[in-house]
Amino acid sequence: MTAVPTTDLVAYDDAVRRYDPVLGIEVHVELGTRTKMFCAAEVEFGAEPNTQTTPVSLGLPGALPVVNGTAVEYAIRIGLALNCQIAESCRFARKNYFYPDVPKNFQTSQYDEPIAYDGWIDVELEDGETFRVEIERAHMEEDAGKNTHVGGTAGRIHGAEYSLVDYNRAGIPLVEIVTRPIEGAGERAPEVARAYVQTLRDIFRALDVSEARMERGNVRADVNVSLRTGPEAPLGTRTETKNVNSFRSVERTVRHEISRQAAVLDAGDTVVQETRHWHEDTGVTTPGRVKSDAEDYRYFPEPDLVPVAPSRDWVEEIRAGLPEMPAARRRRLQGDWGYADAEMRDVVNAGALDLIEATVAGGTTPAGARKWWMGELARRAKQADVPLESMAVTPAQIAELEQLIAGGKINDKLARQVLDGVLAGEGDPAAVVQSRGLEVVSDDGALLTAIDEALAAQPDVVAKVRGGNQGPVGAIIGAVMKATKGQADAKRVRELVLERIGQ
Amino acid sequence: MSTISRDEVARVAGLARIDLRPDEVDRLAGELDVIVESIARVSQVATADVPATSHPIPLTNVFRDDVPQQALSQQDVLAAAPEQEDGRFLVPQILGEE
Repeated sequence: MTAVPTTDLVAYDDAVRRYDPVLGIEVHVELGTRTKMFCAAEVEFGAEPNTQTTPVSLGLPGALPVVNGTAVEYAIRIGLALNCQIAESCRFARKNYFYPDVPKNFQTSQYDEPIAYDGWIDVELEDGETFRVEIERAHMEEDAGKNTHVGGTAGRIHGAEYSLVDYNRAGIPLVEIVTRPIEGAGERAPEVARAYVQTLRDIFRALDVSEARMERGNVRADVNVSLRTGPEAPLGTRTETKNVNSFRSVERTVRHEISRQAAVLDAGDTVVQETRHWHEDTGVTTPGRVKSDAEDYRYFPEPDLVPVAPSRDWVEEIRAGLPEMPAARRRRLQGDWGYADAEMRDVVNAGALDLIEATVAGGTTPAGARKWWMGELARRAKQADVPLESMAVTPAQIAELEQLIAGGKINDKLARQVLDGVLAGEGDPAAVVQSRGLEVVSDDGALLTAIDEALAAQPDVVAKVRGGNQGPVGAIIGAVMKATKGQADAKRVRELVLERIGQ
Repeated sequence: MSTISRDEVARVAGLARIDLRPDEVDRLAGELDVIVESIARVSQVATADVPATSHPIPLTNVFRDDVPQQALSQQDVLAAAPEQEDGRFLVPQILGEE
């Protein structure tokens, strides 16, 4: 086997013209239960290391696991949302391997009897096209602890001198969702992969089974890619890129692997079946350890746990309680709000759907809510390079801001200054208006003083306007607005100016 | 005829991180052979309508409520750690993948 340097790539367009990509995606989601899968240790993000363990999650001798019923319910919810069958009976199994983050020397998982199987999900691509992804199975298991590699470079394992292990994460409930081979995506394979993971994330959130925050590792994807010469050709050898942790990385990983494998095949070599790692900084994958005996996990039924046999009544009860799915909700909201397809897509892609919905619920018009979140706030979020949802302003505050405008208390220009105050943590909009003294000057007396000064300063303009040319009146209005620091209602100023000049 | 080879015993022992001497490999190959043969005989008797037994007790759905209980203290957890740093177990450099 010849090692092909990672820089050897076939241009993407060329690669997908000559090869047919087939994908397989495994998504792990950490369930948002209060306690772990098999013990009552509390789960909370960011706790001190090794403060959320019990003898069970540490694998101490004699410790016996007990299944978290809520985790089973969440797994069933996920299975139903993915149009899966729910097993009449299923078992846990031990997946045996040695690694410091697995304190028991096995992971409690499911093997030949997953709780959910044979499902599908329709994935909407950015241009509105739909692609169906078939689900082979969704099974319950537990997360491993967290290794931190010390020494060497920047947390990478290469060159590490030792590792530090924190078992807080060991035993957190996971559901792993495995697709059937995703065929027929062609050149859109990277996009389909990304949209699939994003669709799952949205479903997890809608189901309220996980916070599903990619940046915290709540959702992690393993991405399998193989190439074949055409849809009728046998499947090619696949690689599995592990722990791809953002939507964008999922898309880039698939794209990169297609270009890389095409180069390997073009050179007459064979793709090595291996685990690879994605490098966000360089945009390439590199090989991990070539597995020799690691695949032999010697699964066997977990003797310490009895089977899970969800009654059909329970399953139907859970089904009846499922919330509206994200795709249906998007269609409903688009209808309610009257957004054009492109507008709706932009809103969804910007992550503004929930924010706008809440703003509209606060009494703002759909157009008004969109104006703020997709305009001023999107601009500021981009500037600060943070997601829209983490801006320090709530939908209720935006609704309040819009009400202040509608009521004539402030104008658009002042509203942006009020927003500055809200984002700076000075309180709700009304409070900022008060404390910063941003209210529109609606007192005609104060306005007239400013107008008279402006008229006196620009007699030539006054003359022109008197002569019947209203064009230059803007200069007067501008002067008044400047004098009132933008706090005047421009429309009212115009009325008063014309009145004053005698027009 | 032996169905379990010495190589298989050595391989499985390796996977399970059990260090066996050559004479132990010989002895275990023979003993495992007897066990496998016995199970093969049972398999002949078992018919399709007899489900495989993984749990001898006819119990299902033993669940716990999702209510937190007292966790071990960090001090207790690390009490038996050969080495530790910053509240975490210190383990030798891990070769291979992350």
